[in-house]
Amino acid sequence: MIRFEHVVVRYRRATGAAVDDVTFSVPRARVTAVVGPNGSGKSTLVRALLRTVPLASGDIVVDDIPVRSMDRRAAARRVAVVPQREENVFPLPVREFIALGRYPHQDVWRAAIDTDDAAIDRAVRLAGVVPLLDRSTAELSGGEWQRVRIARALAQGADALVLDEPTTFLDIAHEMAMFELFALLAREGQALLVVSHQLNLVARFAHQLVLLHRGRVVAAGSPSDVMRASILEQVYDWPIVITRDPAVGAPSLLPLRRGTHVL
Amino acid sequence: MRRAGFWTASVLALILLALAAVVYGAVPLSLHDVAAAITGQGDPATIAIVRTLRAPRVLLAILVGAGLGMSGAALQGSLRNALAEPYLLGVSGGAAVGAVCAVALGVSGAAALPLAAFAGAAIATIATLLVARAAGGRADPRVLLMAGVIIGAFANAAIMIALADAPPNRIRGALWWMMGSVADADWTRVAWLFVYVVIGAALLLWFGRDIDVLALGEEPAAGLGLDVERAGRRIFLLSALLAAATVAAAGLVGFVGLVVPHLVRMAGVRRHRTLIAGSALVGGVLVVAADLAARVLRPPAELPLGAVTALIGVPFFLVQLRRLA
Repeated sequence: MIRFEHVVVRYRRATGAAVDDVTFSVPRARVTAVVGPNGSGKSTLVRALLRTVPLASGDIVVDDIPVRSMDRRAAARRVAVVPQREENVFPLPVREFIALGRYPHQDVWRAAIDTDDAAIDRAVRLAGVVPLLDRSTAELSGGEWQRVRIARALAQGADALVLDEPTTFLDIAHEMAMFELFALLAREGQALLVVSHQLNLVARFAHQLVLLHRGRVVAAGSPSDVMRASILEQVYDWPIVITRDPAVGAPSLLPLRRGTHVL
Repeated sequence: MRRAGFWTASVLALILLALAAVVYGAVPLSLHDVAAAITGQGDPATIAIVRTLRAPRVLLAILVGAGLGMSGAALQGSLRNALAEPYLLGVSGGAAVGAVCAVALGVSGAAALPLAAFAGAAIATIATLLVARAAGGRADPRVLLMAGVIIGAFANAAIMIALADAPPNRIRGALWWMMGSVADADWTRVAWLFVYVVIGAALLLWFGRDIDVLALGEEPAAGLGLDVERAGRRIFLLSALLAAATVAAAGLVGFVGLVVPHLVRMAGVRRHRTLIAGSALVGGVLVVAADLAARVLRPPAELPLGAVTALIGVPFFLVQLRRLA
């Protein structure tokens, strides 16, 4: 549904490319995870998709249409993005905050139409934020705030959902609940693209991983293809062993203390 | 309920304050005199006082307040900055420089002056944004504000220099520009400010939904399909135009754009379309009240309007700053 085709992004006054010849696709009904160390170009890919940074070359294609030739609202109707950070400067009632997800479907004066209400209801149920609707966004915990932001993205009614570091500030239970939600959305047929630091977590939930290093794809494929000690040690420049998650057998990464001898 | 009460109270306050401002003055009038004068009856002196002095003054105060209130509401929302307002961002200062230069060059007239002021405001706006970027980014509200205050100080200096050797009959004096006043209101000025305020209001209301989205932040707004840079620029320029028109008509009146949107938000208004409309109304209330206070507090002297609004605004600013920290 989304294809990154030889994408190159250069920031002004930077020497190298932040993203260099990256190619992969994000299919429907699957969770695709982009992983990699800090500065590997993960968030730049999201910014390129949002067109807040220009492409130096290559293309990002959504449903076979290049994003750059798409009307911005039309793009927002197909792909919803939950950016990494969002500050709550002017708090809103949660209900109104989520309703802003309908912005790409509305023209200047029409504030709400029936399909809007249906889309908002569905988003609110999927994200599990019904009990929060009458609160203010200023009164939410970190986990609730993330869910409310995801509800707004779901209200966009797009077929693809892109999330940049969605669980950074969450504890284990909220983190797991978030990924269970992504799995559910994928079962519902959505294309999910999750940018994450949490390798062990995405190894359990994602159908495919894309590992970035210095702006380039160094490995892509199923979690067990990508989660190899030989690859990860090189990318993270740290001694690593790969074990198996005792419950489901998914590959799991364990960074070692320096000087440890693996038995 | 709270919101309905807010609208009723604001409209009532505006009507009562406007009446009080027409009734009160060096020549006290009764409501009966005023009503008679408006319909063209009564003695010619009263008619002259009401029609050529007090009514335009009150209307000018309402328009100045409406323009500044809307400008502040739009700037706060689109910059995601609870401390933004045209005076503190240097926009008004730039407008005053533009207007002073135009007057010094012999340009006059209530129609053209706002355009010169707008040119000055646009330059000051760009300067403020550049200074803020050089000083560490627009994202920090305090940095942007610091940049605005610096540009404002520079604008004040420029006005004083430009007016240092100007003949007093041609220019109303540096003090008038820097302290703000609606004392020499006339119908032409009221009419032209009305035109600018109505155009600015219509466009800001048109883009109101975009401001809601901009207020979420740059990346979330882009994710919702808004062209963030274009929308931000458009709203900044409209806010600058509104502020510039008020400066051309009444000089620098600070803090109205800061205080008013917060008062409207306190009443539970969140969407920018309603927030902008409410800020126009409450802005009118505030400036009429401030002008009335300026005339009442130390008669027969008149306090500068900008000084009165600053007395209200500075404590308010400090409270907001504390909340931010």
